[in-house]
Amino acid sequence: MADEVILLDFWTSPFGKRVMIALREKGVEFDTREEDLSNKSPLLLKMNPVHKQIPVLIHNGKPICESLVIVQYIDETWGPESPLLPSDPYERARARFWADYVDKKIYWAARSAWVLTGEAQEAANKEFIESLKVLEGELGDKAYFGGERFGYVDVSLIPFSTCFHALETLGNYSIVEECPKVVAWVKQCMQRESVAKSLPDQHKLYDHFVARKKEHQAQ
Amino acid sequence: MAEEVILLDFWPSLFGMRARVALREKGVEFDMREEDLSNKSPLLLNMNPVHKKIPVLIHNGKPVCESLIMVQYIDETWGPESPLLPSDPHERARAKFWADYVDKKIYPALRTTVGEAEETAKKEYIECLKVLEGELGDKDYFGGERFGYVDVSLIPFYSWFYTLETLANFSIREECPKLVAWAKRCLQRESVAKSLPDQYKLNDFILSSRRSISLNK
Repeated sequence: MADEVILLDFWTSPFGKRVMIALREKGVEFDTREEDLSNKSPLLLKMNPVHKQIPVLIHNGKPICESLVIVQYIDETWGPESPLLPSDPYERARARFWADYVDKKIYWAARSAWVLTGEAQEAANKEFIESLKVLEGELGDKAYFGGERFGYVDVSLIPFSTCFHALETLGNYSIVEECPKVVAWVKQCMQRESVAKSLPDQHKLYDHFVARKKEHQAQ
Repeated sequence: MAEEVILLDFWPSLFGMRARVALREKGVEFDMREEDLSNKSPLLLNMNPVHKKIPVLIHNGKPVCESLIMVQYIDETWGPESPLLPSDPHERARAKFWADYVDKKIYPALRTTVGEAEETAKKEYIECLKVLEGELGDKDYFGGERFGYVDVSLIPFYSWFYTLETLANFSIREECPKLVAWAKRCLQRESVAKSLPDQYKLNDFILSSRRSISLNK
């Protein structure tokens, strides 16, 4: 029986892009369905009744939710010859720790930096840069977070690179100056087809965020 | 070489309790070191420089941080004959989803309810517990017949039930009877009974530090 793999997503979501990249790394054929988040589909509400959020991966009719849980599922289900997580338990725990760090720190700082104003926004910008520097420290001189192979932590972080242009424009700073190794790592990741095909154009994303922000302010 | 397993912990920590339960489920001998969170040890700061929080598991000198990551590490390292996570990828994903739900929903709702004891927070907490009760259904444990990952992630919250019921004036047994029955079933396990603090002692602690609840993960 052929696998049926559906991804419920929204084009700007960095979490959805994690899933896309993981599926493409494993060479899995899938069908992306773009959700209208102001009018969620019956399928989304049925497949993720608890959180009602994208992304949701539907594999042969069964849903998997929460992006990092989905990426681990993809890793366990397909392409055992090209694992995203290392095999050693300690290295796996380390990879999971850093992906969790991206969720706890990078996402919230980036979001706050975008939506807040004044002093609160400055604090969020500072937090974002500090968090990125911690990641730069962890990356060091390695090609990827796990060493020589593209893996779990890279998948968890790379989608946020599409926000860099928006954040540095709004916050008036330069990410390449603050975190040159992270920027070099981004360029390296973008050479992978799985990443280049999955991430939206950062200028298109910036225009979208600006338009949304204006709408929000007008309300 | 004998294994050295140290757990840096703080006795009321819900997250530390998860690690204690998991280690005991696997029969791992460990040395629990109580941290003074107002005066963190050099070892803690060295082993968890990023978050500076407990619990931290130190296995033969190498640190593992973040309670759910720790529980998965414990599961992968010891006692393969008694796994906490299922072997089927979809069931594993399901277990991880529900443990994540506890972290995302139950913990923040708990903190708000205890911190402010106001009606909306209490309502949210009860709603979240009911979602979990729905997921448990008539099963013995969240994964079915065997005590496992989701049970480990949630059972520490039972030690807070007495405090919540008293502070926010409601009966968890009335709202979520299956969950209470499940908790009592878990408490019959030595790993759980030994790892959860006495709820009255915990109640005294929570009340005395209510204004500055900062239970580190």
